[in-house]
Amino acid sequence: METALQERQDSIHRTGEAPFVMDCNKDSLAGAVSQRACVFCGSRVVLYPIADALHLVHGPIGCAVYTWDIRGALSSGPELHRLSFSTDMQEIDVIFGGEKKLYHALIELIDRHAPKAAFVYSTCIVGIIGDDMQAVCRRVSEEKGIPVLPVQSEGFKGNKREGYKAACNAMRQLVGMGDTSGISRYSLNILGDFNLAGEIWLIREYFTKMGVEVVANITGDGRVGDIQRAHGAALNVVQCSGSTMDLARMMEEDYSIPSLRVSYFGVEDMAESLYAVAAFFKDEEMMRRTRELVKEELSLIMPELMRYRQALAGKRAAIYVGGAFKAFSLVKAFRTIGMQVVMVGSQTGTPEDYAELAEITDPGTIIVDDSNPLELSAFLKEKEVDIFVGGVKERPIAYKLGVAFCDHNHERKEMLAGFAGMLNFAREVYGSVMSPVWRFVPRREN
Amino acid sequence: MGKILPNYVSTTNACKLCKPLGASLAFRGVEGAVPFLHGSQGCATYMRRYIISHFNEPIDIASSSLGEKNAVYGGGANLKLGLKNVTQKYHPALIGIATTCLTETIGDDVKMLLFQYRQEFMQDGGPLLVQVSTPSYSGTHMEGFHAAVRALVEQLTVATEANGTVNILPGFLSAADLRSLKEMVVDCGLTATVLPDFSETLDGPALRDYPLIPEGGTKISDIRAMSGAQATVEFGYTLPDQLSGGSYLKKTYGVPLQRLGMPVGIRETDRLFETLAEFSGRPMPGKYALARGRLVDSLVDGHKYVFGKRAVVYGEEDLVIGLTSFLAEIGVQPVLCASGGTSGGFVKAIGKAVEGFAVEMPRVHEGMDFHEIGELAAELKPDFFLGHSKGYALARGIGLPLIRVGFPIHDRVGGQRLLHIGYHGAQQLFDLIANAMIMAKQDSSEVGYSYM
Ligand code: SF4
Ligand code: SF4
Repeated sequence: METALQERQDSIHRTGEAPFVMDCNKDSLAGAVSQRACVFCGSRVVLYPIADALHLVHGPIGCAVYTWDIRGALSSGPELHRLSFSTDMQEIDVIFGGEKKLYHALIELIDRHAPKAAFVYSTCIVGIIGDDMQAVCRRVSEEKGIPVLPVQSEGFKGNKREGYKAACNAMRQLVGMGDTSGISRYSLNILGDFNLAGEIWLIREYFTKMGVEVVANITGDGRVGDIQRAHGAALNVVQCSGSTMDLARMMEEDYSIPSLRVSYFGVEDMAESLYAVAAFFKDEEMMRRTRELVKEELSLIMPELMRYRQALAGKRAAIYVGGAFKAFSLVKAFRTIGMQVVMVGSQTGTPEDYAELAEITDPGTIIVDDSNPLELSAFLKEKEVDIFVGGVKERPIAYKLGVAFCDHNHERKEMLAGFAGMLNFAREVYGSVMSPVWRFVPRREN
Repeated sequence: MGKILPNYVSTTNACKLCKPLGASLAFRGVEGAVPFLHGSQGCATYMRRYIISHFNEPIDIASSSLGEKNAVYGGGANLKLGLKNVTQKYHPALIGIATTCLTETIGDDVKMLLFQYRQEFMQDGGPLLVQVSTPSYSGTHMEGFHAAVRALVEQLTVATEANGTVNILPGFLSAADLRSLKEMVVDCGLTATVLPDFSETLDGPALRDYPLIPEGGTKISDIRAMSGAQATVEFGYTLPDQLSGGSYLKKTYGVPLQRLGMPVGIRETDRLFETLAEFSGRPMPGKYALARGRLVDSLVDGHKYVFGKRAVVYGEEDLVIGLTSFLAEIGVQPVLCASGGTSGGFVKAIGKAVEGFAVEMPRVHEGMDFHEIGELAAELKPDFFLGHSKGYALARGIGLPLIRVGFPIHDRVGGQRLLHIGYHGAQQLFDLIANAMIMAKQDSSEVGYSYM
C-alpha cells in the first residue's frame, strides 16, 4: 500500500494472503511516528499500580511528568502511586553524575511518605552518564530498612517489552520475602491486571465465589506486602501479552509455581479463564460453583447485550492496542455483539501472536505491527470502519475522520473486564457508533 | 525572596514540562512543518499523548527512534534515516528538529549531521531543516518554545525590503487566543506575521481525509520576510534576550522591538492596542472600544462577588504575570504566584503587575512543584486556584474551586477554545471567576438562593 514506507511493508498483512510471516518485535523505524513508547513506559505501566510503593523516576523532568497519574489504576487504600516523583536532573547532575541527588531525593521522599518499598526507574540519560543506581539503592535500603529496587528502564534499550522484563526483574526481588503461612492450597496470584476502573475487584470477587484465595494482585491495587508472599500461592493466572509473563516464568523457576494464561475480556474468554482455573484445582465442587457463577453472570447481562447486538450487527470494527493478547479477546468480543473486525494490530506483538490473529480473523482482515497515524488512518478509510478501538493516541485519528471510538487502554475510566465489563464494552461501542453526530461529519456527506 | 520553604531535593508533581514539548508546539505552528525529535521513541510518544489530551487533535511528532547502539555510537544514521522517511511520507515544507536529553548527553552534533544530510540527500531540494537544541535538564517547555521560535527566525529570515508589516511573537497562547489576536490585528488595519500560529493546525475542522500535515500555520515566506517588518511585538516579560526572536531581528536587521506583557486584563490589552495604534496610525476600532466598555460595565456589576477573594495562581511565568495583573484589576488578592520556570524575572514582573493596586505583594516562587504549592496554599487560605488542570488534585484536596486556564486542560473539553487575551478574554475570565465564587457560596449555603 502507498501509505506505508517500504521498510514497513512486511509488518502489514491481510488474513488469507499467504505466506504469513510478520516482521515485528524490533525497534521502531526512524521517522515513522510510531505509536509506541519506550522501555521506561513498559516498566512504569507494570509497576505503577503498586499503591504503597514510592515510584521515583531518576532523570530529567519530562519522563516523570508525562506519566503523572495517567492511568485509571485504582487503589482501595494508599494512593502513593498517583504522585509523580522525579529527581529532575539538571545540567550539573548530568555533568557530575546524579547519584548524590538520587540518594538525597530517596531519603527525603521515604521520610515524607513512609512507603513499603521504593522503585527507582532509570531513564535514557542515566544509562548514558552511568550512575550506579544499584549501589545507591542498596545503601538507602540498608539505611531505611525497606526494599529499594532499581528498575533498569533506560528508554532506548528496546521497546515496551524490555520494560516489562525490567519491571518483572524488580518484582522478582520482592517475591519470597514474606511469610506464607496460612495460605490456602486453593490459591492464586492475579498477574497482568492493573485494576483499571476497579476491574481487579470484580475478578477477585469471581475467584472468591469459586472458593479460591487471591494472594497477590500483580499489580492492580497491588501492595508490596502481598507481592512479598506471592510465592505461597498455588497458581499464577496471567493476563495481557507478556507484561507479567516474565514474572510468572521467574516464579516457576524459583518456586515451581505453574501459570495459566487467561483473559478477562469478552464473555467467552472470561468464562474459559474461570473454567481453566477450576480445572487446575481438580475440584468437582469448585467446578460446579464456577458453572453456576458463569450462568448467573450471563443471565444478568445477556438480555441487554442482545439488544446492542441487534443494533450493531454487521458494523465494522478496527483494533489497535498495546498487546496482541488483548486483541484476541477483542476480536471475539466484537463477534459476540455481531460486529466484524476488519483491522487489528498491536504495538508489541510477537510472530506467534500475529499468526494466531490470522487464524481467528476473517479473510481480508488487515493485521499490522507497530503502526502509525498515516497507516492507521488509511486502514480506517479503506475498510470503512464504524468504530476504532485503541488508546488516547489513536482517538484523534478516528475522530478527525468522523469514526466512532472506544478507549481500551490504560487511561480508560470504564470497567471493561469480566461479564459486567462486556456489557460496559457493548454500551461504550453502542454509545459511540449510534451517536447522531456522525451524520454531520464530512465522511457521511455526499 | 528569602528562603521560606525548605530546599527540597526531589520534585513531586512538577509544574513544568520539558523543553522539546514546547519546541514541538512551536514547530507545529508553521505551515507545512513536521516536528521531529532527535532522541529515543518514548519522548516523542509521551509528548504526543500529552498534547493530544489537551487539543483533541492529531499531532504527529516524528522521532529518530534511537536504539541502544545509536546511544553508544551516535545517532547520526538514525537522524538521517528519520529525515528521509519523514520527507518521503509527509512531503513537508519544513522539518523542525529538536534534540532531547539523550542526544544532548551523547553529544550528537546535529548541525554537522544536517550539513552532511543536505550534501548527501538534498542536492535536488527537499524540506527546509530548522534545528534547535533543547536539553530538558536546563529549562522548561517555555524555554523550548521560545528557543524554537528564535531558531525559526534565525535560520529562515533573510534581508528584505521594508514591507510595512508587523511581527508578533505571542509566546504560548491558546488556539482561541491566536485567532482573536489575528482578528485584532486585521481590525486595526495591519498586516502581521504571527509566529507561531497553531490556531488551525491544532484546532482544525472535521475532515474526510487524514491530513498528512494539517492546514494553517505561519507561512514560511512570511517568516523569511520578518526582517522587513516595521516592528516586532513580543509578549512576555520573562523571556531572556538570547531566546528572543525579537532581539535577534532587532540586532540583525534593525527591526524595532516592542516588548509587552501577555495581553491579559485591561491594562495589558490597552497597551497592546496603543502599540497597534502607533503602527497603524489609527485609533482603536470601535468594536474594541465597545468590548472594553462592556467589560468595565460587567466588572462593576460583579465586583462585589470577587473583591477580597484570595487566589493561588500557577503555571507558565508569563501567563501567571498576566493573570495576576488582571486579578489585581478586579480586586482579587493573589496570595501565591507560582511557576516551575526559573527565568529569574518572575518576582519583579509580578511586583509591577500589582503595583498601584490595593493588593499586597503576593508570595512569588519560581521553580515550584505542586507539593510545595500545596504546602503554601494550606497556610495562605485561598478561595480559589487559577491555573491548568494539573492543580486539580490539590484544589480538590482542599475543597476549593479550580478555575481552568492555560495548558494543559486534560480534564475538561475545550482547552483549545479558552480565551485569555484581549477584552473578550478578560470578559471570559471575569465571568468564570465571578461565577465560581457565586457558585461556591450558593452551593455551601443552607438557603440556596435562586437570585444572586
Ligand atoms: S528525556 Fe528529556 S526530552 Fe525526553 S521526555 Fe525526558 S525530559 Fe523530555
Ligand atoms: S528519555 Fe528515555 S526513558 Fe524518558 S521518555 Fe524518553 S525514551 Fe523514555
